[in-house]
Amino acid sequence: MANRIVIDPVTRIEGHLRVEAIMDGSGAIGDAISSGTMWRGIEVILQGRDPRDAWAFCERICGVCTTVHALASVRAVEKAVGITVPKNADAIRNIMFLTQMVQDHVIHFYHLHALDWVDIVSALKANPGATAALAQKVSPSWPLSSPGYFTDVQASIKKFVDSGQLGIFQNAYWGHPAYKLPPEANLMAVAHYLEALKWQKEIVKIHTIFGGKNPHPNYLVGGMACAISLQGDNAINMQQLNVVQDLIKQGKEIVEQLYVPDLLAIASFYPEWTTIGGGLGNYMVYGDVPQNGIDDPSKYKMPRGVILNKNVSEVLPLDHTDPAQIAEDISHSWYEYPNGSTPRHPYDGVTKAKYTGPKPPYSQLDENGQYSWVKAPRWKGNAMEVGPLARMLVGFASGRTEYKDVVTDVLGKLKLPVTALFSTLGRTAARGLETQLCVKWLQDEYDKLMNNLRNGDSTVADTSKWDPSTWPVDCKGYGPEEAPRGALCHWIHIKDKKIENYQIVVPSTWNASPRDAKGQHGAYESALIGTKVVDSKRPVEILRTIHSFDPCLACATHVLSPEGETLSEVIVR
Amino acid sequence: MRFAAEKRVFIPETFGHWSAFVLCDRLNAPASVRKGVLVATSVDRKQSTYDLLREHGIARRDFLKFCTQMAAAMGLGSSMIPEVVEAMDNKPRIPVLWLHGLECTCCSESFIRSSHPIAADIIMNMISLDYDDTLQAAAGDQVEEIRKKIMKEYKGQYLLAVEGNAPTNDGGVYCTVGGRTFLDILQETAVDAKAIIAWGSCASNGCVQAAKPNPTGAKPVHKLITDKPIINVPGCPPIAEVMTGVLTYILTFGTLPELDRIGRPKMFYEKRIHDKCYRRPFFDAGQFVESWDDEAAKKGWCLYKMGCRGPTTYNSCSTVKWNQGTSFPIGSGHGCIGCSEENFWDNGPFYQRLSNIIAPGIEATPETIGKTLVALTAAGVAAHAATSFMRKEARDLEGNKKPPA
Repeated sequence: MANRIVIDPVTRIEGHLRVEAIMDGSGAIGDAISSGTMWRGIEVILQGRDPRDAWAFCERICGVCTTVHALASVRAVEKAVGITVPKNADAIRNIMFLTQMVQDHVIHFYHLHALDWVDIVSALKANPGATAALAQKVSPSWPLSSPGYFTDVQASIKKFVDSGQLGIFQNAYWGHPAYKLPPEANLMAVAHYLEALKWQKEIVKIHTIFGGKNPHPNYLVGGMACAISLQGDNAINMQQLNVVQDLIKQGKEIVEQLYVPDLLAIASFYPEWTTIGGGLGNYMVYGDVPQNGIDDPSKYKMPRGVILNKNVSEVLPLDHTDPAQIAEDISHSWYEYPNGSTPRHPYDGVTKAKYTGPKPPYSQLDENGQYSWVKAPRWKGNAMEVGPLARMLVGFASGRTEYKDVVTDVLGKLKLPVTALFSTLGRTAARGLETQLCVKWLQDEYDKLMNNLRNGDSTVADTSKWDPSTWPVDCKGYGPEEAPRGALCHWIHIKDKKIENYQIVVPSTWNASPRDAKGQHGAYESALIGTKVVDSKRPVEILRTIHSFDPCLACATHVLSPEGETLSEVIVR
Repeated sequence: MRFAAEKRVFIPETFGHWSAFVLCDRLNAPASVRKGVLVATSVDRKQSTYDLLREHGIARRDFLKFCTQMAAAMGLGSSMIPEVVEAMDNKPRIPVLWLHGLECTCCSESFIRSSHPIAADIIMNMISLDYDDTLQAAAGDQVEEIRKKIMKEYKGQYLLAVEGNAPTNDGGVYCTVGGRTFLDILQETAVDAKAIIAWGSCASNGCVQAAKPNPTGAKPVHKLITDKPIINVPGCPPIAEVMTGVLTYILTFGTLPELDRIGRPKMFYEKRIHDKCYRRPFFDAGQFVESWDDEAAKKGWCLYKMGCRGPTTYNSCSTVKWNQGTSFPIGSGHGCIGCSEENFWDNGPFYQRLSNIIAPGIEATPETIGKTLVALTAAGVAAHAATSFMRKEARDLEGNKKPPA
């Protein structure tokens, strides 16, 4: 057993991530390093620019979770200059947000995560008739489940394998003993991988209708740019809204008849993964899907709060503006602060890149030194996990009926206790459960929009403060959000109509964070410790846990310099 | 920019996918090579695209429809459809190494949105996508093994697709993969590539990380690799069907499509968005949105005064549109931000109307030629708008209705 297992690049994620697992001698991971290996400096670039443009720059932080940074950005600017967006804009933004959530979660499950559990090669051995029977049992309503359908899918896989050109499927860990699905379940999952790939391009048309394109639809400070004229032929009209309605219905079908049944079916073969990969046990949620404006978190459909040490009997409040709560530590990150390394609140954040890692090419990082382009944000000094699991737990612990119902339902089906959620599989399952809620809310938000329109309100933008001369000379704001991967917030300081400072702390910064000054691991690192790795050359166990977080490294490594300077200093060891 | 003719001659000896594929290009191949085609394809054990499509349950009729649409998307006449069909029918899949540098993955996301009846997963089977961090099953060392294997086995024959760009400051430490700098990997992988596709604005012209002050020294591919055919496919991201259209063209004809002076395929980047914009009549009539969500916005009037970059942006958004023709930015009420143009991030603010940017063309109609002559001194979009606006003012005087404020 190798002393140190290095996975670089970690694939089927967004961006560039390196994981080093230090084995404890008994075949288990004794310690782990999570390192973000790219840095682009988006916040440096934002300084001095028009705050109304910031959403477009921020949106380009990530094209996988497209829209989420744009939304957080317009919320931050609106908060700073004092704009309350019209109800329709809130509804349209919620529809776009939930669309992203649904599309992103389904893509993650099938195209980024499933291959950790599903062995494509094994699907060749499946009996198509038995696969059809399995599929019909797993999801009785899903129409594509005949023996002929699975025969065709299997034949296509066979032909693909026989061609000798395995493309994206080559050289993976196929045949690894950790793959436990019977051939029929593998075939069903591969068929649905292809179905989901066909479908994902459909639901994003909701973004295209309201935002003009996907990836990277357009947003607007003050509301939305997509004027509504129900009977017009040149704005959002009845025909386009009907398309949105159809796409919502289609999304609901995919989630309820494909994604969630597949998730439960696959999960049932991997019960041991409900005891592996739990990690920190601290969960944080900013909340989202506002029903009474972004400033009223009590009316969010996704509630806000913090859970510490797996204690689901208490949900703690959080404050984005309190320097004692959210602060970024850089003791193990390739940055430096002026005047020592005391963690700093985002309003007060500083980032001066200072690479102190080994000179490339290198084979190993030093966990005792600085080893990542990701900073280490902490809540009241605690490392936190964010994302779907955190949201399900906070929703559940807050006593929200919708959350309680889906959690109780799935745990009952899998015959598992609540503690099973504190695991790699719990994280993956929580994402599916959340998607069920999201498709339901999509319909709710659409109905709300239609109801407003019915009542004669078609306003989508508040332009009273569009002109920067109406803004305070010096103002600050923050835009909280729940991105697919977890709690996201942008902090902005506007001075003389320009961006004075811009700071973003994203979900993957929390989850992928390196150690802090106290030596506390980040969420990825913590979740890996203790996991057994059967074959160090093919560490599928590491991929399972890392992918359960749905890493997004372009997001995690952006960062800024509030002084407006581009400061970077490289000390190559 | 055709590939070297002598390569075609040597194909029977090299016998790789790309070689066989180039041989299949009958458009300009000499007679001797055409003979070679038969030799190569008759012994080729690899599958053609149509074989794969058939295996994916795609009917012949749908396949032909796809070929027709691809031909149309590439601006080819109906007489060329048989060539497209022929190419898709018989050519094996080209190995593609798709590298990711400093980027946001929006190009990959756009690519999988390709919405022709049989695109998305099918396009990925038309090529052999042997390396792609975002989608591939393998990880870590096994990924690098694949890259090296393809580079060796398909030397001079694989396509290199690059998403994102390389930081050059401080020895390239701002992006590393497998402990090596992305710059190093890019240069190494480019050496034996047949050609390079620079996906999106990052790879084509720098995009957001290269906006001032460009903290990492990010540079587009063509500034780092100078001895290979490179096709720039800008946009943040490029339109899905533009991406698949470019690939399909290369597959079909064994050449890069005709490029403009900055390496973009003319078939998708020759016209300004403004030229084909459905709101253009409102521009010409001087009917503009003056404020977000105003009555003019509800009527879908021109967004020029809201900062629209359509008049200076070369792309297919107003013709191909986005996500299966669903809409495009202007169609959804927001101006174009010019995301396929070099330095578009630094040509802002986005909501400031174009006033001092010189537009390449002046529109003139017989009845406005006099005013256009005046505009020539300013030679800009603003002048063009002004002439249009003057026409509108003139009509207002005649009693036409003004746009509501």
